[in-house]
Amino acid sequence: MRQRLINRRPERRVGVFLAALPFVLLLIAYSLGSDARLAENPSDKLLPSFSSIGDAIERMAFTENKRTGEILLWVDTSASLIRFVSGLLIATLVGGFFGIITGLLPYMRASLGTFFSVLSVIPPLAILPILFIVLGLGETSKIALIVLGIAPFIIRDMILRVEEIPSELMVKAQTLGASTWQIAWRVVVPQMLPRLIDALRLSLGAAWLFLIAAEAIASQSGLGYRIFLMRRYLSMDVILPYVAWITFLAFFIDWCLLKLQQKAFPWFAASRSG
Amino acid sequence: MTAVTLRNIWKEYGDNVVLERIDLDVEPHSFVALVGPSGCGKSTLLRMLMSAEVPTRGEILIEGEPLPADPTAERGVVFQRYSVFPHLTVEENVLLGLELQTSRLSCKLFGGAKRTAMDQARSMLEEVGLGHALKQYPSALSGGMQQRLAIAQALIMRPKVLLLDEPFGALDPGIRAEIHVLMRRLWQETKMTVFMVTHDLSEAFHLGTRVIALEKDRTRPEELERYGAVIKHDLDVWPPKLSDLEAHETVDSEATDDI
Repeated sequence: MRQRLINRRPERRVGVFLAALPFVLLLIAYSLGSDARLAENPSDKLLPSFSSIGDAIERMAFTENKRTGEILLWVDTSASLIRFVSGLLIATLVGGFFGIITGLLPYMRASLGTFFSVLSVIPPLAILPILFIVLGLGETSKIALIVLGIAPFIIRDMILRVEEIPSELMVKAQTLGASTWQIAWRVVVPQMLPRLIDALRLSLGAAWLFLIAAEAIASQSGLGYRIFLMRRYLSMDVILPYVAWITFLAFFIDWCLLKLQQKAFPWFAASRSG
Repeated sequence: MTAVTLRNIWKEYGDNVVLERIDLDVEPHSFVALVGPSGCGKSTLLRMLMSAEVPTRGEILIEGEPLPADPTAERGVVFQRYSVFPHLTVEENVLLGLELQTSRLSCKLFGGAKRTAMDQARSMLEEVGLGHALKQYPSALSGGMQQRLAIAQALIMRPKVLLLDEPFGALDPGIRAEIHVLMRRLWQETKMTVFMVTHDLSEAFHLGTRVIALEKDRTRPEELERYGAVIKHDLDVWPPKLSDLEAHETVDSEATDDI
């Protein structure tokens, strides 16, 4: 009898091929479309050829600006990454702290649980104008948008994860003489750290969204700023590589977090699958 | 050597009466096995003994003193699952209790104190046969080894009372026989009072000095909610298995039968 489809798995090499296939198809489709459009109108800007994209990359990433001596891609990347990483760090600290104490202490849950639930349904972009008014147009408001955008999710996720700790473990800790502080510090926090990384990974997409949005609206540098600036000139040859670069950065940060989790918490993967 | 007294314990969840009229005087150094059908409230009774639940009525006394409202170090527990901390190695799991006792704030020990505690933890782990697995995480251990670890972790606190909630229920018969021998020996050495919930009658009579059977008196469908389980049988196991030598002999012979 033939094996069912759900039980058939590709070999390793076939797997690599299958993983690459969609990307290759996308590139082929793009180049066909680009060629067709350029054949009709050589000055078409919508689907630039690979060579003009290459020129744009050369211009943005490897050539110093004549006036300032800066390389634009790196200026944009570092500006964006500083905002992004600061936002993530603050959101992680705030989210981890409030999530854990709210999940652990019934009194905190009684007073803050509903508050955080309400907070988390406010669309962060709707309060961006408030942030601009209150915090000005500088870095603070952009970082604040990222924090306000993802911290509520992290808090709520942490509350759920803390509540998921088997009650047996909490009783056990108490029978070892642990105080509330000791349970928090030796039992709950260490078990939450790898889950905090999970929550952070899941909120990366939203964090990028808020970063690009804030940069698009009011900024003088950054990847989002550049893309929206280039839109005015229909410079698809710059926008496309920038999007690819952002995608790569997002993927790389996610990968780094995964590796950090595996390295720092070797017990976690095993205990989760068990 | 700790006596435990239960006076007219009732447990109700809303309208549902789970346990009623539970009166029990337990002698110091008893090994009480709690048996009964599923859902009869034997685990609930054990959870009340560990202060994880509060009786609706009645009181529990340990050495004549009312039970504290929180779980304490004088009552150790071993559950069927989730008894050990997944983020700590075998050694750290046993060390944890000692660290929590001596270092209230940082919860860590250093220097000489750490070495003393470490030696204590290691000899306890040797005792339960885990001396070779000190650096492993619990997820890498078999079910039997995890339960040995849970026992070691509980006993390092020198509890007066040990509460076991179907601790060996998920183990293979051979492993279970081995761990029974260990449990009996530790109970003899430490002189603690043990309560064990089990659904295995042979285990109950094998380890216990006293077997308590809980069951509902009334079983008509319309009465099920309104009447809780009571102590249906209270059996002293005879002869009392107090001699170490005798205990080992009986266990060994039965252990080989099991395999």
